[in-house]
Amino acid sequence: MTDTQLPIEKPLRQPRFQDTGLRWGSRMADVLIRSIVPVVLALVAGGILLAALGVNPWTFYSDVWKYGVSDGNWQQSAVTMVPLLLIAVGLIVVFRANLWNLGYNGQFALAAACVAGFGPSLVKDLPLWFADVLLFLLAAGVGAGWAFLPGFLKARYGTNEIITTLMMTFIGIDLADYLIKGPFQDPAIQTPQTEAIPFEKLLPPIPGTSIDVSLLVAFTAVIVVHYVLTRTAFGLRLHVLGANPKAANHVGIKLPQLTIAAFLASGALIGMAAAAFVLSPFWGYVRADQIPTYGDSIIPFVFLARLNAVAVVPFVAFYAVLSTGGDFAASQANLPTDFLLVLVALILLFMTIIEYLGRQRELGASYVPKGLTQALRLPLRRRPAEAK
Amino acid sequence: MTESATAPLVELLEISKSYPGVLANDDVSLSIRSGEVHCLLGENGAGKSTLVGILSGLVRQDSGRIRIDGRVVSIDSPRTALAHGIGTVYQHSTLIPELTVLENLMLGDTRRLRLDVNGAAARLAELAAQLAVEIHPDEKAVDLALGRQQQVEIIKALWRGSRVLVLDEPTSMLTPQAFSELERVVGRLKEQGQGIVFITHKLHEALSLGDRISVLRHGRLVGELGNDALESTPVDDLRSEIIRMMFGEEAPVASDAPELQEDIEHVEQEHDRRAKVGKDTVLELDDVSAPGQGTELGIEHVTLRLGLQEILGVAGVDGNGQRALAEVVAGQRRPSSGAIRLYEAPITHLSVHARQKLGLRYVTDDRLGEGTVPPLSVSLNLFLKRIGQRPFWRFGRLQRRAVDRKAAELVSEFDVRTPSVATRVGTLSGGNIQKVMLARELSFDPKVVVFNKPTYGLDLKTTTSVRNTIRELADGGGAALVISTDLDELIEICDRIAVLSRGRLAGIVENGPGVAERIGSLMVGDDVEAAA
Repeated sequence: MTDTQLPIEKPLRQPRFQDTGLRWGSRMADVLIRSIVPVVLALVAGGILLAALGVNPWTFYSDVWKYGVSDGNWQQSAVTMVPLLLIAVGLIVVFRANLWNLGYNGQFALAAACVAGFGPSLVKDLPLWFADVLLFLLAAGVGAGWAFLPGFLKARYGTNEIITTLMMTFIGIDLADYLIKGPFQDPAIQTPQTEAIPFEKLLPPIPGTSIDVSLLVAFTAVIVVHYVLTRTAFGLRLHVLGANPKAANHVGIKLPQLTIAAFLASGALIGMAAAAFVLSPFWGYVRADQIPTYGDSIIPFVFLARLNAVAVVPFVAFYAVLSTGGDFAASQANLPTDFLLVLVALILLFMTIIEYLGRQRELGASYVPKGLTQALRLPLRRRPAEAK
Repeated sequence: MTESATAPLVELLEISKSYPGVLANDDVSLSIRSGEVHCLLGENGAGKSTLVGILSGLVRQDSGRIRIDGRVVSIDSPRTALAHGIGTVYQHSTLIPELTVLENLMLGDTRRLRLDVNGAAARLAELAAQLAVEIHPDEKAVDLALGRQQQVEIIKALWRGSRVLVLDEPTSMLTPQAFSELERVVGRLKEQGQGIVFITHKLHEALSLGDRISVLRHGRLVGELGNDALESTPVDDLRSEIIRMMFGEEAPVASDAPELQEDIEHVEQEHDRRAKVGKDTVLELDDVSAPGQGTELGIEHVTLRLGLQEILGVAGVDGNGQRALAEVVAGQRRPSSGAIRLYEAPITHLSVHARQKLGLRYVTDDRLGEGTVPPLSVSLNLFLKRIGQRPFWRFGRLQRRAVDRKAAELVSEFDVRTPSVATRVGTLSGGNIQKVMLARELSFDPKVVVFNKPTYGLDLKTTTSVRNTIRELADGGGAALVISTDLDELIEICDRIAVLSRGRLAGIVENGPGVAERIGSLMVGDDVEAAA
């Protein structure tokens, strides 16, 4: 008991306000590994699958590039990006709070039907910019309205929102179909679809491109959502709720209000995605049973981006290219376009595997007792020979 | 049983283990002998748990060897530890509540494919007879008292014929009665030649149980007292000798001793203080009932009042409604009936947030699960209860500089040891997390504070500082409701002590001589007339 000064008792350094660069660097590396590696692995595995189907993977992937990016095709990919981005940030808002709004398809379909239904008359009677703003607000309102009930049930009775949002999706899609075939049906034609908004009354392009202005709306939404989540009281409350719901209750966060607000925000953003989709220069109308279910393809990327609104942009861009170019590439290669879904599924699969491994690795840094971490790691380690 | 008579069963030789930034074990050598209780004494963070982990196969040492019966072995998993005859009873229960005693005991036994119920029952009977305890094989673990659960854990550790039994802080959850029961069981095992490692941070336990006491400090073995020394030295000398080991050579003059001295003075001052305490009521519970959750009981018809400058303790065995009581007061749980008043104003229907604003605070016992958000920084955790409030948020926008500046102030005021205010709370030690929570609850004008097990699992130094903080709160014109399962703690700091038993208030007693016995009998429920 001579020397009593040991590192554990040494006065700790003065509080500093940043973590060291090294830790930041290794954290970035971690993020990159977890986000990029699954995509790369999925492309490789997809390539092997293509080869097995007798398609040259090189040709396929270069076709994707050719039709999705080169020769101005990137502009088409950019237009595709808009609804995807808005849905992505709409999901991030709720997922951050560990709330699961899986009713995006219903919210999207219903909002799309309403925009397509009211659009033709609105753009006819009102100044175009005003009509567009109104339509976006209408879509946001419809999306939020459809998300309200699950949010309310969750807040008030703790009803599992995964189930209620999924159920509401079925109702929402059927209701959208009913509206399209009924009150919104274009009386001039037989096919069950709404009256088409004339091309010149659709969203104007950004000058010098063929991309419509909704891309700006989407980017604005990304920035706003990111700011709100990272810098504001509302964002911190969502984060606390997501990271530790018991703590959220303990510190006096009003959980019912917060839950409902998160669902409303999510539904509104998804509704706006629907408005951007209907009013984009490719469409102007919707057809019953043919409203896309973008959310399904975008979900894996939301997780790959670690629920970060800015980080999701490159992933969405990647998927937009894959989707635009892939459609052509698949038909060139005589493959069904569903092959894209295979790629998305592969990404999900590899993401899960990497996540599992990463989680095992990260245990030490988290709040699991150190001894337990050691025990968990033991089976993975080579057993040292018995010491002699 | 002299030191040379028996060869050691297990020897730890020059064991070292470091974690990032911390040397948990530094060149520790110990030997465990048959028929001997070897007490490992040290504060939290002294390296006791790491040493247990190494013995039980949960942790691998960085260097050093373990010798069993003179042969060097490598213990790389709990399974190997058991195979080498080392059984461990961990601090927290590892029994599965919904399974019966027998089922729990059979769980670890995977030697055969088919469950050997009869064999297991026979083994249980054999071990129960050995320990001279009565355990019903078909009772569910959840229905057993904590002391009984511990006996099952001991049997579980001995199940495969262990020769060394490691008991990690076995007394932290026990009532005084259960402790003497444990003492008896340990005595039986000792007679039968079992080697016992008894880990504790309580000096009197080590003195009453140990045949050999090893003191760990900052990961180092700072002293070992053998059987001869323990028997030949007067108890008071032993006590001061061990305190000197635990706190270092300089103890009499350095930081800790004055604190301990202050403690003693504090106790003397208590009497003066008590005279003026409790005239004005600050918090009142009037016939309050609230539902329980899971295996925890709720509360029924609890009536109590807390006076100005008073420290009111709530004693009782864990799970008897403590959490329900704390949460009802904090506003986290709705009472099913009754009224709660703060400064005579009804607050029964106010939200958690509104009560906080009125100065009612709650220091929860669930530090990581509820009290903090582990992945968030220290500074954000300090402001979790003020999200959105000026000047730390303006127009909903986080004022990071204001938050960090105030956080740094609180960190130094409450002596939180953290590399920085940006460090994630989940990476701090239990004591520092507790200090973060105290800093949060006791800043910004606290009036009435509910403490739930405020020093649970903390080392002596932090415990002392937490208790002083509670006293300062009361002296400074606040009031404290201290819920604790540690009776000594309540007796040390409280003016009055209420006893919660099966969700009801069994009685409230004034602190004073003989209070421990009265509380003990209220806990087991044979002192009805004491109920006020």
